[in-house]
Amino acid sequence: MRLNALAIFAVLYLVVLYAPIMLLPMFAFNSGTIIAFPLQGFTLDWFAALLDTPALHEATVNSLIIAVSTAIFSTILGLFAARAATRYGFPGKAGIVGFIMLPLVLPEVIVAISLLIVLMQLGLNSGTWSIIAGHTLICTPFAIAILQGSFSNMDKSLEEAAIDLGETPWSTFRLITLPLVSPGIIASLLICFTISLDEFIIAFFLSGNEPTLPVYLWGQLRFPARLPVVMALGTILVLLSVALLIIAETFRRRGLKRAGLKDTGGFL
Amino acid sequence: MSQTRPPIVTLTGVQKYYGDYHALRGITANIGQGEFFSLLGPSGCGKTTLLRAIAGFEDISEGQILLDGKDMEGVAPNKRPTNMVFQSYAIFPHMSVAENVGFGLRKSAMSVSEKRNAVGQALEMVGLAKFGARAAHALSGGQRQRVALARALILKPKVLLLDEPLSALDKKMREVMQVELIKLQREVGITFILVTHDQEEALVMSDRIAVMFEGEIAQLADPETLYRRPNSRRVAEFIGMMNFLPATVQGETAGRISVEVQGLGPAELEPAQAPGGVRAGAAEIGLRPESLTLLYEGQAAEGGREASGTVREVVYYGDMTYYDILLDGTPAPVRVSMRNMPGRRVLEFGARARLAWDPRAMVLFS
Ligand SMILES: Nc1ncnc2c1ncn2[C@@H]1O[C@H](COP(=O)(O)OP(=O)(O)O)[C@@H](O)[C@H]1O
Ligand SMILES: [Mg+2]
Repeated sequence: MRLNALAIFAVLYLVVLYAPIMLLPMFAFNSGTIIAFPLQGFTLDWFAALLDTPALHEATVNSLIIAVSTAIFSTILGLFAARAATRYGFPGKAGIVGFIMLPLVLPEVIVAISLLIVLMQLGLNSGTWSIIAGHTLICTPFAIAILQGSFSNMDKSLEEAAIDLGETPWSTFRLITLPLVSPGIIASLLICFTISLDEFIIAFFLSGNEPTLPVYLWGQLRFPARLPVVMALGTILVLLSVALLIIAETFRRRGLKRAGLKDTGGFL
Repeated sequence: MSQTRPPIVTLTGVQKYYGDYHALRGITANIGQGEFFSLLGPSGCGKTTLLRAIAGFEDISEGQILLDGKDMEGVAPNKRPTNMVFQSYAIFPHMSVAENVGFGLRKSAMSVSEKRNAVGQALEMVGLAKFGARAAHALSGGQRQRVALARALILKPKVLLLDEPLSALDKKMREVMQVELIKLQREVGITFILVTHDQEEALVMSDRIAVMFEGEIAQLADPETLYRRPNSRRVAEFIGMMNFLPATVQGETAGRISVEVQGLGPAELEPAQAPGGVRAGAAEIGLRPESLTLLYEGQAAEGGREASGTVREVVYYGDMTYYDILLDGTPAPVRVSMRNMPGRRVLEFGARARLAWDPRAMVLFS
């Protein structure tokens, strides 16, 4: 009885969560131009339409530049912060780490508005680089969280053992530290890339006349005729994000296994 | 014997502060070439700190560390003639057993085949000849320990430092590895400095032991001296079990110390039986449980040195029985251990008992 209630709840929960997303591919492959049931027939036209929309290509290139830069910057910052937080003790450490992690729970709209105000005060134009800055701000906590896991899983005496056996600090980093945290680095790169690629609010506030993919998508919603195309683009984005997250999680688990550790509830 | 060996490690007034915390309070010791030397003490007394200072992982605040006659001030760990077996073993998890063992040879001028031979020999030495290709994370505790040993010894260090290397193993494996470590040390002839909080382990394995409390060496001696002639009550309590009986020092004449021991009677001691010094007046006499002997019906003590009391506790171990016996006229019971033998009855709780004692087994703490 109790089990049944729980099962029903679980199924309902999953339906509410994923049914709307399942609508995306349904209408993306539907030949009717109006988003309504019943479905008309199968077509790839909407995906083809994506190919000859230059504005979309520009938005894609923009998004990729931003996502790749964000992933790299956040992961590098995360590496330093995570290494410092797990290896050294310093005064005010807990407070500093707490503040670095804060953007994780700060409403993005607040971050976006603050950044916009700062840019305006400085008399600077918003644009791609300001979105990169904003995205790095919100992605760095994720990078730290992932990399902190990698570093704290790593026995401190491994590095000392390498030095004891004649290696320099740099060759120790290369031969021991990097291989052991590299799954974490890859996971961090992929997750930051995905977050940046999907992020809308900051990009919307700061993109000016160089929209990112989500901002372009939003703009297209005004044209009912373009809706099926939007559905096709949305389908691709969802699939890409899911694929990237799965790859990231795979790397994170491989890292644990390599360090000979059990999974203690993942980051995802 | 060990005093005659030329020193390989010389510690002079070594002090270490962590902020305000005084972790090492002036450590002075010579450790001989080829010696099996142990640092023994309770957790937190500074053993690891001293070992890491010798390895170069901690800078010392004051004093001097000489390795093979050279001052180690400012010398990085990778430039010191020491290698370390870490408490966690620190086996590189992303490498095979052979890669771990050969890691230290990376920068050596040896050819590939020479390196392979050296790794093979090192693995053979620790009994892992067939395990070279095994992934490091697929090893048991005892095997990891051996890999760590092989990896450190392949560089033929002048001094091998071991930080509680056996504490992660179960009792049986620990005893096996104790014997193997002793054999290995004799075989390679390298100086071993072992950190342990286990007095039995230190007694079994070492040529000499430095007993440490709160950043200081309380006594430095060979295992037998440490056990038979501890120089303070604290050392005596830390090494094995010892009874302490109230006593009075009555005088010292012609190299003999006369004491009156409560519950036992008068005794004459040699100066060596008071390694911590003699002062007239109230003192304590230390006696190990095995140097008190239960007398059975018809037995008489040598020289009439006997005392009687009541059995307050009987703990039967099979080969041994431990008794707590309250001697007449004393406030606290003494512990006596007796080997169980055919025809020797185990006394029962509450029974009367007679004890023989030997003044030569006594230690005086003034
Ligand atoms: N890096 C450090 N910073 C501050 N205190 C330390 C540090 N390392 C050790 N200590 C302190 O020094 C004392 C001795 O530590 P340690 O040498 O590890 O003891 P042992 O190995 O004998 O158990 C302990 O009280 C410990 O808390
Ligand atoms: Mg220790």
